[in-house]
Amino acid sequence: MDVEASVREVVGRQGRDATRLLQILIALQDRLDWLPPAAITAVAAELGLPRARVEGVAGFYSLLHGTPAGRYRIRFSDNITDRMQGSEALRKRLCHLLWTECGKTSEDGLVSIGTTSCTGMGDQGPALLVNGRAVTRLDAARIERIAELVRGGVPLDDWPAEFFRVEEGIRRRGPLLGTPFEPGSALRAAIARGRTGWGEEMARSGLRGRGGAGFATATKWQACRDAPGADKVVVCNADEGEPGTFKDRVLLAHEAERVFEGMTLAAWATGARTGFVYLRGEYRFVLDALQAVLARRRAVGLLGMGILGEAGFDFDIEIHLGAGAYVCGEETALLESLEGRRGTPRIRPPFPVTHGYLGRPTVVNNVETLALATWIALEGGAAFAATGTPRSTGTKLLSVSGDCARPGVYEFPFGVTVAEVLEECGALDTLAVQVGGASGVTLAGHEFGRRIAFEDVPSAGAFMVFDGRRDPFEIAHAFVEFFAHESCGFCTPCRIGTTLLKNDLDKLARGVGGKVDLANIEWINRLLRNASHCGLGSSAPNPVEDGLAKFRPAWERRLRSLEFEPAFDLDAALGPARRMTGRSDPGAHLDREESSQ
Amino acid sequence: MSGQFQLDGQAVPFEDGQTILQAARAAGRYIPHLCWHPDFPPHGSCKLCVVKVGGRHLSSCAAPAVEGIEVESDTAELRAERRALLQMLFVEGNHFCPSCEKSGHCQLQAQAYEHEMMSARFAYFYPPRPVDASHPDIVLDFNRCIFCELCVRASREVDGKNVFALSGRGIHKHLVVNAESGRLADTDFAADDLAANICPVGVILHKRQGFRVPIGERPYDARPISRVELAAGGREADE
Repeated sequence: MDVEASVREVVGRQGRDATRLLQILIALQDRLDWLPPAAITAVAAELGLPRARVEGVAGFYSLLHGTPAGRYRIRFSDNITDRMQGSEALRKRLCHLLWTECGKTSEDGLVSIGTTSCTGMGDQGPALLVNGRAVTRLDAARIERIAELVRGGVPLDDWPAEFFRVEEGIRRRGPLLGTPFEPGSALRAAIARGRTGWGEEMARSGLRGRGGAGFATATKWQACRDAPGADKVVVCNADEGEPGTFKDRVLLAHEAERVFEGMTLAAWATGARTGFVYLRGEYRFVLDALQAVLARRRAVGLLGMGILGEAGFDFDIEIHLGAGAYVCGEETALLESLEGRRGTPRIRPPFPVTHGYLGRPTVVNNVETLALATWIALEGGAAFAATGTPRSTGTKLLSVSGDCARPGVYEFPFGVTVAEVLEECGALDTLAVQVGGASGVTLAGHEFGRRIAFEDVPSAGAFMVFDGRRDPFEIAHAFVEFFAHESCGFCTPCRIGTTLLKNDLDKLARGVGGKVDLANIEWINRLLRNASHCGLGSSAPNPVEDGLAKFRPAWERRLRSLEFEPAFDLDAALGPARRMTGRSDPGAHLDREESSQ
Repeated sequence: MSGQFQLDGQAVPFEDGQTILQAARAAGRYIPHLCWHPDFPPHGSCKLCVVKVGGRHLSSCAAPAVEGIEVESDTAELRAERRALLQMLFVEGNHFCPSCEKSGHCQLQAQAYEHEMMSARFAYFYPPRPVDASHPDIVLDFNRCIFCELCVRASREVDGKNVFALSGRGIHKHLVVNAESGRLADTDFAADDLAANICPVGVILHKRQGFRVPIGERPYDARPISRVELAAGGREADE
């Protein structure tokens, strides 16, 4: 396809709007399989942007390809839970069947196979993305079939539909997931209270943000309402990138009306007229359904001008896609991305409630937070606050995955103990639970009496279960790899520190670590925690610090000696030369070369 | 409005709107920095200017000065952390000071001396970073880039050219130039652009100027960067 013609058409469809740059690049890659340099040049020319800026944005997002990629672009979800379900062997098998290597594009340009961070299918993994579409429940048979379909050049639309089926995954329903919802009912209740009365009802509820930080939602809305500036914005953060979390996937797929109505409730409270959903690229499979819900809401007067006949209540929502960047879950990075830039967190203050999207007062709320606002509107703040604990009101959706009989989404009142969750999901012989994802906390057996609540164990929703077969070192290692991959690279400690940490853990994994490495790791952790620009860097040490504190023997087993041991392995380095000269005697130590790869 | 805060136990006056670093500098007190530049808004990426206020670490280039706060900067703890940040920058790129044209003129090297950095501590990354010598007057040696974005900002905001931008992410972040070929020669970059004369390290070098000032007679050869910087800040204040 002609590159320039494609660019003109895509840019035109997106209204020649530079804030839609990321959306333009995603749409272009859909057509061209990758983003060739000529396409970058043409996009820059069409939008009147410097070419280097477009290249900078294209290079930031891991689902965009700046080098030739296959017509089938396959990315295996690489969370620890996928690995536990055998994803690495399945990936190798697919590479073998398709005659290619992981991380490369096949020579005929047919297929590229690689990995990507957790795709949010922890309850139905192992999973992969093919050209951005999610394939779940991989097994040997499915891999064989995928290889045949790829080799046969079968279009994705003709692949078996069950490959793309994402199961509902709800295991326990509470007031949010278990109560039928009539679209518009919550808005009517809030409008009846008036904007101020509705804000007061939210304050009575004690609702705290479900994205992890737990900031009081009513306070955030009030600050945005009070901020100078007429053109306020409500953003729904649907960039659910925390490894092991998938509860927002369930809400978007099955409770979209509540999510959009929650956004509209936020608009009623703040006076915002513009709404955005920032949907992680991995959840593209819900995009069409979400657009249909938006259209339906517009048709019945729940979006648009004069919502429910209320003069001056004007609000509409548009959906932006992400393209593989965990850091965009951080609200200021999300806003940068929404403006068509690299997803680098901003300097704060100022905060988004006063200077957010394009400098306008902006509320950024998690999907679950917004959905919960419908409950508060219908039942009242006091009823909401009667559930949960005094400081953590309401219920919490937990994404349970890993070693348990019944993975899925569970709605529990806040204050539930870890042991109760383990019991209900059918976990046996549990060694550790990772609550809150990679940036959360690793709990050992003696802590299973602790409660999921902001005042004890806060959680954005992930609950990954590890039983006695698992190696705690490998769990931390996987999360450290994740942070190194997802660091935006803006600040020195996170850009370099996350890779230093990964390199040190790689060294331990190779069995050549020494006590000096543990000292190094502690030092890197300190810099990450103290000096990082945002929460990604400052929480990157969590899995390592928890691992060392609670499972130290699993780490010390990895040390070759408790004294110094160099990272450099002479025998491994000489391996290729020995192989080329045909040396294969035991003294050549060729096994060392293989084990280091 | 104005007020004062304590910096390492000594009073520093400030005007409303000043950051901790700006107020300290105006008062003749040095807080180390690499990505901060007096003519540009704070960037906050190098983190060398990290200070402690009330037990919390802050970037002093971006944190507003507040009445009565107690700021720690020149302490053993923060010096050690800054040294480690410098060590990180050294292992991330390929920095060979003895053969670098910028030696004695390089803020990274000068900060390393200032912070008594005796070794790189961490294992080197040795990233492959090809040099771009295509431009008639300028050579780009990406091996030494520390991602302060001063060239990006100067070209965008002062030169009005947008010659530079960052691409990639995380440890793969890298500087790109505004040309499909990726070559500086194919941009409108000129040797008298501010962006050509603002690099704190040895990435953007002028051709045919090498070693015009002999090693040993360069600014940071003679005096530590803290004194050079304060002298520069003082001259500005006098003007």
